[in-house]
Amino acid sequence: MSKAVTIGNKKATVAPFSSWMVVFVLVPMALVVYYAFTSSEGGFTLDNLKWIYTYRSTMFLSLRLAFTATAICLLLAYPIAYSMSRASEKIQRNATLIIMLPMWMNFLVRTYSWMTILENNGLINSALRSVFSLFGGEFDGFQLINNRGAIVLGMVYNFLPYMILPIYTSLTKIDNSLLEAARDLGSDGFNVFRRVILPLSVPGIISGITMVFIPSISTFIISRILGGGKDFLIGDLIEDYFLGNSGVVNYNIGAALSMVLMVLILVATFFMNHFDKDAKTSGGGRI
Amino acid sequence: MENNVIIDLKNISVAFDGEQILKSINLYIRDGEFITFLGPSGCGKTTTLRIVAGFLEPDDGDVIFDGKKINGVPPHKRKVNTIFQRYALFPHLNVAENIAFGLKLKKMPKDKIDKKVEEMLALVNLKGFGNRNINSLSGGQQQRVAIARALAVDPKVLLLDEPLGALDLKLRKDMQVELKKIQQSLGITFIYVTHDQEEALSMSDTIVVMDSGKIQQIGTPTDIYNEPKNAFVADFIGESNIVDGIMKEDRVVEFSGHVFDCLDTGFGKNEAVDVVVRPEDVDVVPVSQGMLTGTVTSVTFKGVHYEIIVDIGGFLWMIQSTDIQYEGSEIGLLIEPDAIHIMKKSEYSGTFGDFSSYSDEFDELSDVNAGLDTEDSDDE
Amino acid sequence: MKKFLKVYNALILAFLYLPILVVIIFSFNSGSSRAKFEGFSLQWYIELFQDELILQSLYYSIIIAVLSALIATVIGTLAAVGINSMRGWKKSALLSVNNIPVVNPEIVTAISMMILFVFVLSHFNNMEMGFGTLLISHITFNIPYVVLSVLPKLKGMDQNIYYAALDLGCPPVKSFIKVVIPQILPGIISGLIMAFTLSLDDFVISYFNSGATFQTLPVTIYSMTKKPYSLKLNALSTLLFAVILVLMLISNIKKPVNKKAKK
Repeated sequence: MSKAVTIGNKKATVAPFSSWMVVFVLVPMALVVYYAFTSSEGGFTLDNLKWIYTYRSTMFLSLRLAFTATAICLLLAYPIAYSMSRASEKIQRNATLIIMLPMWMNFLVRTYSWMTILENNGLINSALRSVFSLFGGEFDGFQLINNRGAIVLGMVYNFLPYMILPIYTSLTKIDNSLLEAARDLGSDGFNVFRRVILPLSVPGIISGITMVFIPSISTFIISRILGGGKDFLIGDLIEDYFLGNSGVVNYNIGAALSMVLMVLILVATFFMNHFDKDAKTSGGGRI
Repeated sequence: MENNVIIDLKNISVAFDGEQILKSINLYIRDGEFITFLGPSGCGKTTTLRIVAGFLEPDDGDVIFDGKKINGVPPHKRKVNTIFQRYALFPHLNVAENIAFGLKLKKMPKDKIDKKVEEMLALVNLKGFGNRNINSLSGGQQQRVAIARALAVDPKVLLLDEPLGALDLKLRKDMQVELKKIQQSLGITFIYVTHDQEEALSMSDTIVVMDSGKIQQIGTPTDIYNEPKNAFVADFIGESNIVDGIMKEDRVVEFSGHVFDCLDTGFGKNEAVDVVVRPEDVDVVPVSQGMLTGTVTSVTFKGVHYEIIVDIGGFLWMIQSTDIQYEGSEIGLLIEPDAIHIMKKSEYSGTFGDFSSYSDEFDELSDVNAGLDTEDSDDE
Repeated sequence: MKKFLKVYNALILAFLYLPILVVIIFSFNSGSSRAKFEGFSLQWYIELFQDELILQSLYYSIIIAVLSALIATVIGTLAAVGINSMRGWKKSALLSVNNIPVVNPEIVTAISMMILFVFVLSHFNNMEMGFGTLLISHITFNIPYVVLSVLPKLKGMDQNIYYAALDLGCPPVKSFIKVVIPQILPGIISGLIMAFTLSLDDFVISYFNSGATFQTLPVTIYSMTKKPYSLKLNALSTLLFAVILVLMLISNIKKPVNKKAKK
């Protein structure tokens, strides 16, 4: 085949990258799979996969909390992303910064801050207490922390910007004339939203969902800080088996659980992309 | 003949992803000549240009420059320079810096560079534009900067890849004249690539008509127009009526049910041929005097002439006439011997039904596909 | 509807900023409680600057972030150049590999590298996780972001300007430096900045790959939160937040000025 001159020699420019990625990404991934199917003595075994069954309730809980957090993020993010996309250019730029800024504070410290706000003698309960005492009443305080709700809150809080920004980006890409055309063709405000804006923002929604769902389902800190350590999630299990915080180190079980996590996410993203394609084609047809 | 040849392409073949882009191209280019590669998108004209520039190494064949084989010589060591499709000016440099780019690499002293830049700016009518930002220039001005930048390094050969494609019609015409002027005053070889036949006809000394990776015809503009070698060339250059014919004997041809005198010789007795008649070469006469007769199916006013479509035995002819005709009327047609061009049958025979005129729109449509299929062949 | 959106947006912003505000306020607490504000003082800031462990891990964090960002930028930029001129399955294979660390959950990336490091290091005596493993792991998760931020710039660039430079007699490497780099510089810089901040901010990957002796700031913060929580962390976070805020304001003010200068 003819040789065309390209910018840089293809092989030479890619060589450092490909060798690095093979050694530090592909080989480690292969090791995870290898460990998942071997016993601690090194022989092939399917025993590690039994632990998946043992921990099925943890898996389901992780899935459930991650789904809930992702759904809440989506509902909370869409309106603000929408109003950002319709604002003036100057406001848009500042708004993006304002949304991103909280992520710049260490996430552990931020999550701890929620303890201050939520705990029994935290800010919310103290405030309520002082209101009650004004009327001479007694108030025990709400149980706002160390439960699953608090874990979901922590996820929503930490990952909400990852939902807002992609949706916002996809909304800014919608040409204004498209909306005008839709109106011109007789759609009312709601219909313009349902038939034009929503379908066209699906790519943003999809990437938002993935960007929230993946860290939510694999987190191991939020559950510990805000869940009071009562509820274990997959991430907590993996951490335990690798670092031995509960006294047992077992890379094989840890690797098997990690593999499950990867498979779950792979399946989820596959369905997402599928949905994305469907929405794109039918969305285009409907306009 | 060989003594003033500057570029000689011998048996050049190129394939990309199993697709043959050039099929054994043979071509020599004389020093100081304005030569144009003309053809539809995907014909291989830009690929040929890139081989001369050195951006692409052919699978097969030799590229000879000034008597020396230059296969494998990298582009930065070749004495040819290119004007690119969208000018490819360096956006981070101003006009003068763009023009000086090649000169600085030659380690020319600064005062000489400045002088040369001024000279080049004057040549392309951009005096005083030296400090301007590239993005602040119009398309036509950017075009001029690109020309100045390439000419500043004194190339022996200038390669121009559809340089006027992005300009509007008026500017295009002006630039055609200007480019021709520059070429004549500097006396350097221009290799020009275009899919616009008018551009090719008006500027070139020699035209190379290409299609599907092969050279279809090489000749002067008048040769190409008057004596197209096959149906493709006849169709691509100008407007034409291409019909099947039988060569009865030398200077006698039969088509559309009538026997005509013509000027062509050298065909076999009763050889099947393609016959080309240009629309402006047909005279409209009363039915009784016509060699052929037909019904007018449509008439369009084109300014200088009327374009008349005539149905002759089910085949639509296009005729250009300054006299108006009316739809539905019967007319006679008179075709002089010198208006008839006989061509050998080729792979293109029969592909152009009715009258044909090559449309830019088709070209653009096929462009879309070309862009998708063979990104690298880059023949837009 | 518009009024509703305004109120709504304000509520969302309050939600995002409330914890930050709490962190900042409590960093000035004269007491040591994370829950009860007793009065204003700067004692936690003073203690912060006396805490060698924090200062050292901050220093380590910066070193790792700078080095990993620079190395990842070189490798990633070159890779983007190569990938950009490729086609077909090779290109998509490289892009897929590039996406693995982006799409994979951080914890999986972290433990996969940890397995590799433990596996390799177990074959050597006297070697354990530390600076080297940390740097490698950070470079690994930084590279994809550099590739992803440089690649669109290369795609958007008119490839012919590189050919034009060659054509005018400029050798390939020099052409790349003089003509291509200036065009893709914004992508390279944003990749560099992204890599730097990701590295600085990373907890999960550092947590699994740092070992006991060489810890970055987020890991140190985590180990400190396990002990009785110290408001030093609030002071530290407030300071870092302020630094970033100032940097962002500066870069934000600079932008429009640049645009005007160009015109």
